[in-house]
Amino acid sequence: MHEYSIIESLVDSVAAAVPNNATVHRIDVRIGEVAGVDCTLLATAFEVFRAGTLCERASMTIERIPAQWECPRCKNPIARGAFLRCASCNEPARLAAGDEIVLQRIELEVD
Amino acid sequence: MCKIDVQTRILARNDDTASHNRIHFLERGIFTVNVMGSPGSGKTAVLEATARAFDRRAIAALAGDLATDNDAARLQRAGIRSRAITTGQACHLDAELVHHELHHLDLSGVDYLFIENVGNLVCPAVYDLGQSANVVALSVTEGEDKPLKYPTMFAKADLVLITKIDLLPYLGTDLDAIQDALARVMPNPQVVLLSAREGYGIDSWLAWLTKSRDEIFSAAEVMA
Repeated sequence: MHEYSIIESLVDSVAAAVPNNATVHRIDVRIGEVAGVDCTLLATAFEVFRAGTLCERASMTIERIPAQWECPRCKNPIARGAFLRCASCNEPARLAAGDEIVLQRIELEVD
Repeated sequence: MCKIDVQTRILARNDDTASHNRIHFLERGIFTVNVMGSPGSGKTAVLEATARAFDRRAIAALAGDLATDNDAARLQRAGIRSRAITTGQACHLDAELVHHELHHLDLSGVDYLFIENVGNLVCPAVYDLGQSANVVALSVTEGEDKPLKYPTMFAKADLVLITKIDLLPYLGTDLDAIQDALARVMPNPQVVLLSAREGYGIDSWLAWLTKSRDEIFSAAEVMA
């Protein structure tokens, strides 16, 4: 259950990005499918952890980014569940998307 | 109301500390391995067997667990300079925990540092510690489909040690099925079959370590 640690880092990241007198209303995060983060647990951790922080009155939306493997040479995508090697070039695939753990956007009001 | 586009990595602070650790290791010629795997997959036993077959003075270890310093004590008995990192409730090591413990570990003459992570196939994969390589211990008692169930852990692995293979005759584990599962979650699956108890595969594991260390440091020399 490292989702609590991630929320702790998220709140720190928000604090570093906004002015002291800001009220945070909403934060948008992007979580990749193979980032190793469970979105349901992350949402629960946020509900519990935000109390007493500058995110206390903020909502969080999570955008789930599907894993996308591709050949580094011909850029052809690898089908889901298939061997992670390009059938034509025989190159080991590269993860093009799906490992994000990113704070994307903050909506706030400054007093 | 205003919006700020931040687009920042949430674990940026951990990643910064990991980079700091990595530079520390590379400047000292230390090849650092993050050893991960389920509880009981044989991580400590592999390191004990490594100590039996290798120059122990060139090896050091940090052993992470929620509680007890049992693993570090085992490694110490095997002749490896070791320190325990007890995480309390945390299910993984992070770069800061490693950085803090490095101040208490004498790394003079060390070529290989093993960071034995908390036994867990999920959380440790998320945190960069500053390692040069990720190694996952997967024992034959765990079932063939573990890689498919925990794809993130295996996608990040540079090498998978299939451990306890001396138990194969009693279990009938299908090694081909494990290889098939690995190829669907690891772009370039590298596997060593190993029995820490009987010493089988230790030579291949040591050869992988030596080759991987040489690759990193010869590349660094070329760049310099």
